[in-house]
Amino acid sequence: MAEIVVKNVAKSFGAFQALHSIDLTIADQEFMVLLGASGCGKTTLLRIIAGLESPSQGEVWIGGRRVDQLPPRQRGISMVFQNYAVFPHLTVFENIAFGLRMKKLPQAEVRDRVERTAELMHIEQLLQRYSGQLSGGQRQRVAVARALAMEPDVILMDEPLSNLDALLRLEMRAELKGVLAGSKTTTIYVTHDQVEAMSLADRISVMNGGRIVQAASPVEVYRNPAARFVGSFIGNPPMNFIAATSDGDGRYRVAGLDLDGPAAAGPRLEFAIRPEDMTVAPGGLRAAVRVVEPLGAHTLVTCEVDGAVFRAVLDSDLRIAPGDELSLVPKPDRIRWFDPETSSAVPVAS
Amino acid sequence: MNNKSLPYLLLLPATLFLAVFFVYPFAQIAVQAFTAEQGFTLQHFDKMATNWKFWPSFWNTIILAAIVVPLQLVMALAMASIVAKLKTGRNSILYVFTIPLGLSDLAAGIIWLAIFEQSGFLSSMLVGLGVVDRPVLFLGYQNLWVIFIAVILAELWRATAIVMVILVSGMGLIPKEYYEAAEVFGAGPWKRFLKVTLPMLRPSLQTALILRTIAAFEVFAVVVALGGTSLPVLVGQTYDWQFNLRDSGGAAATALVILAISIAATLVFLRLLRTPRGATP
Repeated sequence: MAEIVVKNVAKSFGAFQALHSIDLTIADQEFMVLLGASGCGKTTLLRIIAGLESPSQGEVWIGGRRVDQLPPRQRGISMVFQNYAVFPHLTVFENIAFGLRMKKLPQAEVRDRVERTAELMHIEQLLQRYSGQLSGGQRQRVAVARALAMEPDVILMDEPLSNLDALLRLEMRAELKGVLAGSKTTTIYVTHDQVEAMSLADRISVMNGGRIVQAASPVEVYRNPAARFVGSFIGNPPMNFIAATSDGDGRYRVAGLDLDGPAAAGPRLEFAIRPEDMTVAPGGLRAAVRVVEPLGAHTLVTCEVDGAVFRAVLDSDLRIAPGDELSLVPKPDRIRWFDPETSSAVPVAS
Repeated sequence: MNNKSLPYLLLLPATLFLAVFFVYPFAQIAVQAFTAEQGFTLQHFDKMATNWKFWPSFWNTIILAAIVVPLQLVMALAMASIVAKLKTGRNSILYVFTIPLGLSDLAAGIIWLAIFEQSGFLSSMLVGLGVVDRPVLFLGYQNLWVIFIAVILAELWRATAIVMVILVSGMGLIPKEYYEAAEVFGAGPWKRFLKVTLPMLRPSLQTALILRTIAAFEVFAVVVALGGTSLPVLVGQTYDWQFNLRDSGGAAATALVILAISIAATLVFLRLLRTPRGATP
């Protein structure tokens, strides 16, 4: 059992406040992804949980034990580093065995565990090589095998796939998910890649400016962003936003269109819709087509609505050319509203 | 100009300089050591080896190096580990540590002589404290071991910093992630030193040990200042042959012996500290 609790953790480097009072609970065996742009504090948070960085304030608990004063080796964690940190002076076998030898496990068990994890990561034929003789993908596998061999309660991963090429990344992603699901560990995975986050996570914590903006399941984060930032960061292309003014009675005027919105809200809101949640039909938003990009299954259409860039992902059967005028009707249940003052989501009373 | 020949052309002056002032004299000495009027001969080596001071000077040189170099290595590793961890003031401390490097070895010898001689600081201090009644003659030929210790101290003081500087720069090249990985996977500070620092420092250790050992075999001025002729060493013997006995054949033979042990030591370090194939980052 290894539930991770982060209580009121903050970190500053000199005058720079990297983390503002983070509270986060990660359930036992949960796969939590920390997602955000570079500099948002996700790696700092991971390193604080690992013990490689000490928090300026707050507490870290792992498996019911307060660990923020303990060195990393006493926290029951293992870690996969961004640059793998596979020791160049040791063979693959000794790299995987490193932690086990530190624990002074009997030789037979060390060999057994190394062979088992090497097989799991498909590197059993590389055990006698040095890391200088391995490809990036193989080093990555060694780094994961080394972490798994410890049979830890918690695995921390710091952008483990970011140094791999696109195809390998796809392959490793699927493999990691399978392996980690079988290992019954609690996983915290840092990435700036939203597709990686969506495909791996049980829950995603979206971070921005040293704060967790939203922590929820991938679908929830995608469908119901808690803040404008989440909508604009997640999804490719991102959410569209248009300023809206109240007509009273929960009706809002959006680029000349009259729509149902939150009843109890201020005079100004922001209307938001994902590019794929629109159909071409009469009586919608008037959009002037600027660029048309056929992507096979869909066509990405960049237009101008109300003087701002607006993207729509439409069926590729539609014949659209730059200069056309479209009428885009948003699906009513997919419309979201944000408060322009606080940037947070405003729910529509149901 | 052809781009391929440019680097060679730029290296030419230095190569010529080395050829004229190092390779040529070296060849000359090698020839001299093996020839006499009648042609090829081993008589210079025979003469050298049968001189009563040769074997004492040979063993003194070896024993001095065997004590000084390991001590310097351990001290330099400790100092470098501390310096490498400093966040501020690192350069100032490096400068202070390296001050003795700027002194000639004769000057270093004289400084230590000022401490150890009969009217020196140590003797005066002991008299002043009332530990002894009158000044002590530390560096007399009866107390060869005191001369030995004084030479070792002077050498440690004078030349440990060069080892440290090499090791500090080597430690700076080890990526922090390896230490973090070792820490996460259960290595405490001592284990991290053994399992990460030492093996990854291998190239620097090799360089430092080779440089320092060769220099230790060439120890001369410090020994002359502190021990005069009481503690013969190989370079002192070379000097004796050349300038006191006016026999350049004997000097050349002794010089070749120094070269031979230097090459032997270098080969040992190259072999001992080699990096296995593929074990580079």
